[in-house]
Amino acid sequence: MIWNESKECMSRDEMQALQSKRLVKAVNRVYHNVEYYRKKMQALGIEPGDIRGIEDITKLPFTTKDDLRDTYPFGLFAAPQSEIVRIHASSGTTGKATVVGYTRKDIDIWSECVARCLAGAGVTNKDTIQVAYGYGLFTGGLGAHYGAENLGATVVPMSTGNTKKLTTMMIDFGVTAIACTPSYLLHIAETLEENGDLDKIKLKAAICGAEPWTEQMRLQVEEKLHINAHDIYGLSEIMGPGVACDCIYHKGLHVHEDHFYPEIVSAETLEPVADGETGELVFTTLTKEGIPLIRYRTKDLTSISREKCECGRTTARISRFKGRSDDMLIIRGVNVFPSQIEAALLEMGGTTPYYMMIVDRVNNLDTLEVQVEVEERFFSDEIRELENLTKKIAHVIQQAIGLAVKVKLVEPHSLERSMGKAVHVIDKRKLV
Amino acid sequence: MFIKQLSIFIENKAGRLQDMLAILKDNDINLASLSLADTSDYGVLRLLVSDPEKGKEVLKAAGVSCRTTDVLAIKMAHKVGQLQEVLGIICEAEINVEYMYALATGKDEASIVIKPSDIARAAEVLKKAGASFVTQEDLANI
Repeated sequence: MIWNESKECMSRDEMQALQSKRLVKAVNRVYHNVEYYRKKMQALGIEPGDIRGIEDITKLPFTTKDDLRDTYPFGLFAAPQSEIVRIHASSGTTGKATVVGYTRKDIDIWSECVARCLAGAGVTNKDTIQVAYGYGLFTGGLGAHYGAENLGATVVPMSTGNTKKLTTMMIDFGVTAIACTPSYLLHIAETLEENGDLDKIKLKAAICGAEPWTEQMRLQVEEKLHINAHDIYGLSEIMGPGVACDCIYHKGLHVHEDHFYPEIVSAETLEPVADGETGELVFTTLTKEGIPLIRYRTKDLTSISREKCECGRTTARISRFKGRSDDMLIIRGVNVFPSQIEAALLEMGGTTPYYMMIVDRVNNLDTLEVQVEVEERFFSDEIRELENLTKKIAHVIQQAIGLAVKVKLVEPHSLERSMGKAVHVIDKRKLV
Repeated sequence: MFIKQLSIFIENKAGRLQDMLAILKDNDINLASLSLADTSDYGVLRLLVSDPEKGKEVLKAAGVSCRTTDVLAIKMAHKVGQLQEVLGIICEAEINVEYMYALATGKDEASIVIKPSDIARAAEVLKKAGASFVTQEDLANI
């Protein structure tokens, strides 16, 4: 189902005209309301009048997470506090939290975008949806909640932390949709399976986001739960979940580009790259009032397609993420993404075993150990077979990342699970 | 004549063996014999127990990776050269022994537990040579 056909199925020309009109307005707004942006533009010798359409966007300066930190807490807000109705903040694992503010109209647009995502996933007002993202400063819980309410679905605000209660209610309430992180969904699936409850659920769709996951992992969870699993993308700086989401054809994530203008630039030169080429995703908020951001560098690596989708939507689609440039590990000079390890492990057949990467430095040499949980299907009573398994995993990973690894087999469920973003890397080098 | 061995994946960490055995004890499962194959990181605990299927079930419920494997337990008199004789029969049939360990079954006889590369053929040649085997019932009554 398409929630907003007039916007989601616009012709490219109409979309460009709309984006141009909105960009001019957004640039005027930040220039006149945000001193930080005004100074940045003045330093480059740009005035709002220089921006006449979307094609002029490359004249504008980039914004990074550092800009948000430098102006902590409200320095980039473009609306007076009386118009701000909500604040969210990122978890901020390094340095200060990143703070964002929303006007009532911002919340409405956010709810509209999430409703579009849910509708694209086949969710309607006849569905019951469990929102199992954390509620609070994190945008996941309330973002998904408002969108689902806007759609008219029955919302069960689970939050995270009590998987048993979640699965019980999933069965008892006949829950048909869930919004949570992909790793938490896998944990839920494992729990249902262990309790023999897989055939008691009525779930048909999952809308998962807030952390990178692989296509194989998506297919795995679809198969395990007999559902359609969707990849919802967002970041609090731009809005929260719902910036983009894949439709039932799963051929890239539709960006709500009437509100968020996407660009793909080379991470090195920051020059735009051609459609289909991989680069860093950059967003400009076109309608945001609270904290409009110009050319915000997401650090997410992807490519873009502007071809019309089989579902009928004409909105630009971004491909599955190749990783985030900031979860990229440099091990012995080699760039390694955890998603590569995950994809390699999936080549072992079947589903992904749970894993943890331990990066360390021994005698000035980086080491990578990958701990893999030995599920029953991998387990053999013969040491020789287990040693072969270890070698095979090491080989597959080495092929994928070009780096020798030590593989250690560990017991099932012995690696720590997280309720929020999955942690697959322990980098001990930072402690030195 | 095949008996079911319970094989358990176990990390080389303090207390893990004890944990596994506690699960079996709590479910009233008796151990007849065991062997532990170890590497620096992990080991495989191989057990002959009174009720292997129940053992597997309770261990699985506790989230442990385990499986049952068919093995042979051949009875032997306490006599010099008995084991060599048994192995001779298997070797002659060009069957490999993946692993083996002992099982104490009584005062007058002992048994050897063998996982041959081809269990059906191993059982056949041993039977033809007149060997007798420990059965699942025997294990339940130890």
